[in-house]
Amino acid sequence: MQVFPFLVVAWIVIVGLYGLITSRDLIHQIVCLIVVQSSTYVLLLGVGYVTGGVAPYFYDIGRRALAVDPVVQALALTDVVVEAAVTALLLSLAVQAHKRFGTLDPHDLAEFKG
Amino acid sequence: MTPKLRLWLFAIAAAGLVACYLWAFGGLPGFGNYPGPYGPEILKRAIPETNATGVVSAINFDYRGFDTIGEEFILFAAAAGMSVVLRRLRGEREQQQDRSPADEVMNRNVPPTSSPLRVATLVLVGPTALLGWWLATHAQTNPSGGFQGGVILASALMLVYLSGESIAFRRFSPVDLLDAAEAMGAGGFAAVGLAAIVQGLPFLDNYLPLGSSPGTVTSSGTIALISFLVGIEVAAAFILIVGELLEQTLLRQVRREGKS
Amino acid sequence: MSQLFPLSVAVPLLVAAGLLAFRPLLRGKRQVRGLVAVAASVSAAVMLLVLTLRTGAGSAYWFAGFHPSGGVAIGIDFTAGPLNAGLACLGAVLMTASLIFAWRYFTQVGTYFHVLMLTFLAGMTGFCLAGDVFDLFVWFELMGVSAYALTAYRPEERGPIQGGLNFAITNSVGAYLSLTGIAMIYGRTGALNMAQISRYVATHPTSGLVVIGFLLIITGLLVKAAIVPFHFWLADAHAVAPTPVCVLFSGVMVELGLYGIARMYWSVFGAALGHRAAISHVFLALGVLTAVVGALYCFRERHVKRLLAFSTISHAGMFLVGFALLTPLGLAGAALAVLAHGFVKGALFLGAGIVLHRLHSVNETYLHGRGKHLRLTGVMFTLAALGLADLPPFGTFLGKGWITDSADAVAGGPWLAAVFCACSVLTAGAVLRVAGGVFYGFGDPPGEDTRMAAEANEEKGESESGRQRTPLTMLVPTGVLVLLGLASGVAALLPRCAAAFESAAARFQDQQAYASLVLGGAHPASPVPLYPQVPADVTAASVITALCSVAGAILLALTALYWRRLPVLRKGYEPGTGLREVIESFQSGVINDYITWLVTGVAALGGILALIIR
Repeated sequence: MQVFPFLVVAWIVIVGLYGLITSRDLIHQIVCLIVVQSSTYVLLLGVGYVTGGVAPYFYDIGRRALAVDPVVQALALTDVVVEAAVTALLLSLAVQAHKRFGTLDPHDLAEFKG
Repeated sequence: MTPKLRLWLFAIAAAGLVACYLWAFGGLPGFGNYPGPYGPEILKRAIPETNATGVVSAINFDYRGFDTIGEEFILFAAAAGMSVVLRRLRGEREQQQDRSPADEVMNRNVPPTSSPLRVATLVLVGPTALLGWWLATHAQTNPSGGFQGGVILASALMLVYLSGESIAFRRFSPVDLLDAAEAMGAGGFAAVGLAAIVQGLPFLDNYLPLGSSPGTVTSSGTIALISFLVGIEVAAAFILIVGELLEQTLLRQVRREGKS
Repeated sequence: MSQLFPLSVAVPLLVAAGLLAFRPLLRGKRQVRGLVAVAASVSAAVMLLVLTLRTGAGSAYWFAGFHPSGGVAIGIDFTAGPLNAGLACLGAVLMTASLIFAWRYFTQVGTYFHVLMLTFLAGMTGFCLAGDVFDLFVWFELMGVSAYALTAYRPEERGPIQGGLNFAITNSVGAYLSLTGIAMIYGRTGALNMAQISRYVATHPTSGLVVIGFLLIITGLLVKAAIVPFHFWLADAHAVAPTPVCVLFSGVMVELGLYGIARMYWSVFGAALGHRAAISHVFLALGVLTAVVGALYCFRERHVKRLLAFSTISHAGMFLVGFALLTPLGLAGAALAVLAHGFVKGALFLGAGIVLHRLHSVNETYLHGRGKHLRLTGVMFTLAALGLADLPPFGTFLGKGWITDSADAVAGGPWLAAVFCACSVLTAGAVLRVAGGVFYGFGDPPGEDTRMAAEANEEKGESESGRQRTPLTMLVPTGVLVLLGLASGVAALLPRCAAAFESAAARFQDQQAYASLVLGGAHPASPVPLYPQVPADVTAASVITALCSVAGAILLALTALYWRRLPVLRKGYEPGTGLREVIESFQSGVINDYITWLVTGVAALGGILALIIR
């Protein structure tokens, strides 16, 4: 199917955002944020696919004419590392919040109106 | 906002967002029909120019190496930030003698590790570390690179934790050494780029000898070197990150063992 | 000189890594660490200043020596024009001031503070100079991660430390939506280089993909720029973050989001989107909405740092209006206003930091009359507040004056000047109310905010307590920033300087010149303007508007301080209580609300753009 991977992207984004908005637990919200970002992996790798292309590694198979786009794979790699870093930092902030108040519910933590 | 209002507002907004996405995806060339010039151009030039048969690594560490240095420093900053936040919390907690609400909530009992788990994990530590090392140093030929290798190296140490040897885990992850390793990895990457400037070349130019034929261990110039430095940095950063998070529970365990 | 491009980013990064690598050696040597960090920041500022002044028509630098071939960009590039290099330079100058201020501000400054500040600086510089959309995203995230970590560094309040979380989650969602846009555009154009994308979308018919790609890419930037309805995180973050970090947030980080939007529009998507008048109106509406909402929230705040944060939001709206007018004069005015506002807002935050250091509170009600012995700080704070109110010859007056002059020529009618005047009156009036109440003890303390009153008693500044004199390392940066705000205005009064601003703006808006600079390698000729060039002068209208807003702000501040003594109003009347319930029904400070409004904003903008551009 020509557009199916892209529909999956839209679905993942909506599911992740829905989880973020209805959540009552900070850790759950951070995981929903990861879900939202996962959609970008699918999108990146989806736009770079070439039908009938091989993976862009030519050590054992030698140079082939048709290969999948390598640039999006490099971008996705960068994306994964960025996500890992942000998630780690967010988790430490969540631990800090939990330590102060003993709760992880964003509704209980909300003190100042934005 | 009441939860119900929030949900309704989100429902409408999400419908709009999905409509936007669908409208946009209509303009894409369809799955499998990647059109653009960037990919084929790189595929054409990667092996002749860099002698690296792993084109994705060539992109990551040579063509778009500047992105990679930014991304590496993102990990660096995140690990530094985590250290600041969590170490200070640990310091506060060690000073407080009274129990905070958090302690009451997380009063779990950690079960002792079973023997099969101990044996399995301890046996796997060596091979995992070796695998991580191999992946980090062979970016120019494998679908691997500094990042993947570094994470696997870090997980080798986590296997030590899983086997129940939490004291050994703490001894093998001294904070100062890890900070230094992480900084040397990140700083080394920047230094490799600056060394190019010293020679009058553009930043992050591939100035090391490219090797005689593509796809050998010594080919691809700075790509292999940068990949190795990135591997060190990522391994140190992940050990720091996981170690800091685990310390939050380890402290309680050690304290409980100390009291009993 | 071309090597200044990579050095301005690589030097802060290398020094940050070095500080962490040699941490055991430098333990206890606080002065050395501070000196090294300040030196790195100063060197970055000098390099960027040289780049700004010497770059002429603009220059590009290709990393790793991969120049484009046949119009296809292989590597990553940096481009510098006077506007974006100047913005990066502003960031470096504010960073230097913050680092000097932080010398005595924290009881003990660990290594990590300097490390994170330097990575923040590198992220800002990379963002300003980037010529590749994915590279832009990477530096955006570096800036973001450093900012999240710095917000959580030493929370200055016992209360809402989840402000850091709100900041992080909201900005991350925005960034991921931006990345979605980047991926979409790449899927169609096969390019990540801005100039290459611009050439593709300008020569091919505009589909929904281009429109939504543009919208998604600027979503992250709109969140960073704190435009309504993406603005909720800013005040929370300011309340939590340490004062030296707030200087950077308000002074330059928000403005970087606006720069990103401008860059995306003019250098990449402008020609493809077309419909200039309609798009101009959309962003004008957004800007005016942000300015007004920010100003109203600003006036009802009693927490000094949140008050300043809302005034930043209001000014961000005004800068967006400057961009949205789509004229060179409007852009030049916005650039000058950003410069002067950065200095002045930085000085205000440093002043608030001195107050927190000496008096251990940021609650305006509690602080009333207690700052009378902080004479020098009071003078500088009041001067900076007047600068915020567009007192000539601060740069803010001339910048906003240019924007409103441009609006007269394009949008017709002086209503925009009236809106600007009203917003300046409200925001500067609130800051002058703080100045008058805290430093001079005028009038009565403003209405008690019960939440904050409870915290005022627990307030403990993150600094050495019991000092009898404000250290010089805190006073000097504040004074220097006020002087720089004045200097930027005085310099812009010179006709040569004003013409330079306007021609730099005109060149920024020239998409063809940018593309040929990056991909074609030729230096562009002077650009052909799309609107008649209005000379950047000091007009009588702008001077009158500025004086009106200064007078209005002073009057409003005095009214706010003395209104209880007026015989007409009955005792016990406290305005604004009903307003709180109304506001709370819209959002209650929970992160879930912020994200809902973010998605609503994106969907609404998408719908509007779809209606305009079919």
